Amino acid sequence: MSVFRAALVRELLVLWRSPAEIINPLFFFVMVISLFPLAISPKPELLALVAPGVLWVAALLAVMLSLDGLFRRDQESGVLELLLTAPVMAVVPVSAKLLAHWLLTGLPLVLISPVLAHMLQLPDGVLGTVMLSLLLGTPALTIIGAIGAALTVGLNRGGILLAVLVLPLYIPVLIFGAGAVSAAVDGGAVNGILAILGALLALTVSLGPLAVAAGLKISSGN
Amino acid sequence: MSQPSTHSDAETAPRLVLEQLSCERDDRLLFSGLSLTASAGEIWQITGANGAGKTTLLRILVGLHGFYEGVCQWWQPQWQQELLYLGHQPGVREELNPLENLRYACALSEQGGDPMAALAAVGLQGFEDVPAAHLSAGQKRRIALARLWLEHKAVWVLDEPYTAIDQDGVAALDQQIQQAAQAGALVIYTSHHQVGDGVRQLHLAHGQAEVTEGGQP
Repeated sequence: MSVFRAALVRELLVLWRSPAEIINPLFFFVMVISLFPLAISPKPELLALVAPGVLWVAALLAVMLSLDGLFRRDQESGVLELLLTAPVMAVVPVSAKLLAHWLLTGLPLVLISPVLAHMLQLPDGVLGTVMLSLLLGTPALTIIGAIGAALTVGLNRGGILLAVLVLPLYIPVLIFGAGAVSAAVDGGAVNGILAILGALLALTVSLGPLAVAAGLKISSGN
Repeated sequence: MSQPSTHSDAETAPRLVLEQLSCERDDRLLFSGLSLTASAGEIWQITGANGAGKTTLLRILVGLHGFYEGVCQWWQPQWQQELLYLGHQPGVREELNPLENLRYACALSEQGGDPMAALAAVGLQGFEDVPAAHLSAGQKRRIALARLWLEHKAVWVLDEPYTAIDQDGVAALDQQIQQAAQAGALVIYTSHHQVGDGVRQLHLAHGQAEVTEGGQP
């Protein structure tokens, strides 16, 4: 566990000292969502109809945007080789990295989402569902995307390939995430949909880091 | 993890056995028919022209490169516990200062010891709090080398440890490597610099590997 803690502190420090990595996804999220009312129309009934989808697509793309460089700097500086030849299982430092990455890039999206939901004219009663769905969904997006990032880390321009690899896997999370918010807007029951999101999260948290560690091994030439 | 054994029988125990190892890269044969037995207490220098496959050979040894034919066998199944590998890149993040970089490397490799003392030993005293981005290439390399001054491992695999190191640093590194070998560690490194007498050499050239100076062919 001390390895996990040391790795977590290190990852948080590294991210904290490269603020662009933290601000870029957040800025992207805010910009995309603030452009929608301008482009479509500020009519509340129209916006409220598209708002769940817009919020979720923007969050999904913001998370994916943040993942392209997840392992690149570590690979270029040789830290990845250190990690893969270490006696500790690679999944431990990898899990710490994913947690740190979500805390500093995914969690801010969750925290700012009520403001943006309000901007999209969603009723105040659904803001809790918006936050909860993103709280369950964004870590899953981060972990799934990290699998793609691990597999493409050896390639010079992995950006598009990452999107091609990862987007199909994002679709279930997107459907249930946006579905939960839509159901809340319609006044329906959301617990079941949120439970499925929670199940997706449990699946990715338990198996995802193993897949990421295996992906890094493959990328290193094994 | 633990100090390497200093018993005389342990010093001659084979640590690494290679049999008919060959590796191809981009349709080019790097080396073939490479067989050797490396034992505890030995120092192996791998030489060869640029692009001869030195780094690839080391990556095969430490399990980072899986595309090869032949046998690469370490002496125990948990050999990674006893491995100290310094790669081609120093493994130093520029956002972190030397102490933070070294602490992370220690945590990963489960090495004990005093990081401050190790940094002082490689001449980085007073630079502990300076972000690595502000350090020179040689100083970054020294951060990675500081691991050699922490708790010893039984096998050292060092890729170009002398790159960008000044004369004093080279002398200190020579001494540290020789001490480790005397204490029973197996040291394998790539460089054109020879650590001292009694170093076994493995020369890679034109797809062939040649062992000289006392190593078994």
